[in-house]
Amino acid sequence: MTHISSSLQELRQREHTLPPHSLAVQENLSSLPGGECGVELQRADTVVKDTMKLIILDNYSQASEWAAKYIRNRIIQFNPGPDKYFTLGLPTGSTPLGCYKKLIEYYKNGDLSFKYVKTFNMDEYVGLPRDHPESYHSFMWNNFFKHIDIQPENTHILDGTAADLQAECDAFEEKIKAAGGTELFVGGIGPDGHIAFNEPGSSLVSRTRVKTLAMDTILANARFFDGDLAKVPTMALTVGVGTVMDAREVMILITGAHKAFALYKAIEEGVNHMWTVSAFQQHPRTVFVCDEDATLELKVKTVKYFKGLMLVHNKLVDPLYSIKEKEIEKSQSSKKPYSD
Amino acid sequence: MRGGQVAARAPVIQFTNCRILRGGALLREDLWVRGGRILDPEKLFFEERRVADEQRDCGGCILAPGFIDVQINGGFGVDFSQASEDVGSGVALVARRILSHGVTSFCPTLVTSPLEVYHKVLPQIPVKSGGPHGAGVLGVHLEGPFISREKRGAHPEAHLRSFEADAFQDMLATYGGLDNVRIVTLAPELGHSHEVIRELTALGICVSLGHSVADLGTAEEAVQSGATFITHLFNAMLPFHHRDPGIVGLLTSDRLPAGRRIFYGMIADGIHTNPAALRIAHRAHPKGLVLVTDAVPALGLGNGRHTLGQQEVEVDGLTAYVAGTNTLSGSIAPMDTCVRHFLQATGCSVESALEAASLHPAQLLGLEKCKGTLDFGADADFVVLDDSLHVRATYISGELVWQAEEARP
Repeated sequence: MTHISSSLQELRQREHTLPPHSLAVQENLSSLPGGECGVELQRADTVVKDTMKLIILDNYSQASEWAAKYIRNRIIQFNPGPDKYFTLGLPTGSTPLGCYKKLIEYYKNGDLSFKYVKTFNMDEYVGLPRDHPESYHSFMWNNFFKHIDIQPENTHILDGTAADLQAECDAFEEKIKAAGGTELFVGGIGPDGHIAFNEPGSSLVSRTRVKTLAMDTILANARFFDGDLAKVPTMALTVGVGTVMDAREVMILITGAHKAFALYKAIEEGVNHMWTVSAFQQHPRTVFVCDEDATLELKVKTVKYFKGLMLVHNKLVDPLYSIKEKEIEKSQSSKKPYSD
Repeated sequence: MRGGQVAARAPVIQFTNCRILRGGALLREDLWVRGGRILDPEKLFFEERRVADEQRDCGGCILAPGFIDVQINGGFGVDFSQASEDVGSGVALVARRILSHGVTSFCPTLVTSPLEVYHKVLPQIPVKSGGPHGAGVLGVHLEGPFISREKRGAHPEAHLRSFEADAFQDMLATYGGLDNVRIVTLAPELGHSHEVIRELTALGICVSLGHSVADLGTAEEAVQSGATFITHLFNAMLPFHHRDPGIVGLLTSDRLPAGRRIFYGMIADGIHTNPAALRIAHRAHPKGLVLVTDAVPALGLGNGRHTLGQQEVEVDGLTAYVAGTNTLSGSIAPMDTCVRHFLQATGCSVESALEAASLHPAQLLGLEKCKGTLDFGADADFVVLDDSLHVRATYISGELVWQAEEARP
């Protein structure tokens, strides 16, 4: 281990002398502990293979901000246009609210535009009218869409009131395909380790379909329905684990102590359909963005390791690109490699 | 026209950078308008997949439903109770001038007058939608002549009436018909008043109690027969007494029909009601308070002598008296002044003050689905106010119909 840590030290020292924007150190988690540490020097702004990044911030608002910055940089660096849309998968719930607020702020400041972004939401309740205050359509409208410049026809949310639910799900898969697949799928994690509504026991290669909600989920959602369990929908349409796995990159937001056990199960234990987020251990490019509280069930060793990498991982959000200054930034970065 | 298909092709206007009064709260939301109505932007986004055609920045102002004045006797030299040759022009003049006060709908009020005046004037004041020409006419408010002699206030004694045996027919004959009539103020202690109240209520006309010496019991019976409003609370009625609260007691009466709310007009000009009395009423029954101007023709004219009904009035500053007496003769405070004074005197929330001038009068008249509210589907009649509740602009059916000088380009 000392051999590995000293070579890591070396690597990090070397990293400091290299142009900050162009390199990032990636580690392969499955090699820990004891085994060889697979380290690769990669370009941060190109597709990176075989990487899992665990980003740990101090608190909810910092985690939300980091995630928003990451999404912002990804969109801007992708340079979307009328022939090349950035497809973004989006979650609902309380976890992403802070991230949405920051993204809205970036739009309002003129630093980010959603004009050439296409969105695909993960899920929607079955049986709730679209304009019900707790439907995911309402959530996305009130917390995101109404504040930004996204075109209505570029947003896609499953219709939980469709006459033929499975046909609706199949059509959704086709829409994702037609849009060229998902560039970045942002999701959360349930207390039972589920991604979207892929409840424990869901197939890890599942596609968009109708799911019956687990009791854990219904209990967690009751607070949005006046605490009345009878009012909470029992079924939902959801993208499958396989659907999200198809995305070129996945970002999972995990904040709060109540998600800590699920995070532990998702990344420190094996791939298991009872904790469906664990499937992303086998995704080529995943980012887990957490706050301190969410790491409470992880090994101290794991947390220290990834916290140590924050210096490197922060290069992904610093410099922070803006559509205002994008041209200036680009030319400056080639002339002046050192930002400090 | 506000038909479905025509409306769907109309441009969508999004009023941004504002706070709107909705659901009793000032929300940091945009107001969307199409085809003269308030539009649901979420529905537009998800169902029609459309965005706004035009955005208008409101500079951080408050957008409130347009004010509704259910008691206004005239203004700018126009006297609704005078059988002039061209009543229509007079109404139109007032309708246009009150736009600057934030009023988008009103009930022209006729005080106690001789039969000839009713017969001549009433047919010339039809219900009319508002627009760039002026505020909408919701119907006429007939204040009298079936009122108490003792509490006639500024009304001419010679033309007071009581009900004959066939009371409702007597009333019809007096007014010459009830087309265009929206509110009738009468004194319930008059004989046969109950059958009149019932008939009027059945016709959808709002019955208001006022200019009366009724005790609480009589007033409660009148409400049970259908009365829903009190004309300028405290004025022209018996004062509150702890063993017989009179009409004022209706505010906290437990003998009103279930589910019925009593509304009461208040002239919050700082003169007609002592602020302490205003506060007592407001605290006792905040949801029933309706701000009215009870404005006289002298509104907007300045100091001097002017005509009201069959009498002369003297204007001095913000006060108008029956010439040569100390009897108040209606107010000359514009509606927005009343709203500001009400806010300051009661210390209530901005939302409450605005609702007292918009939502409550709409509820009184059963119009709350389309007037007095910024809910989806309602008529887009609204007023743009700064933080001190001064009117910056007035809109009717989503169209700008008045704008303050400084705001004009």
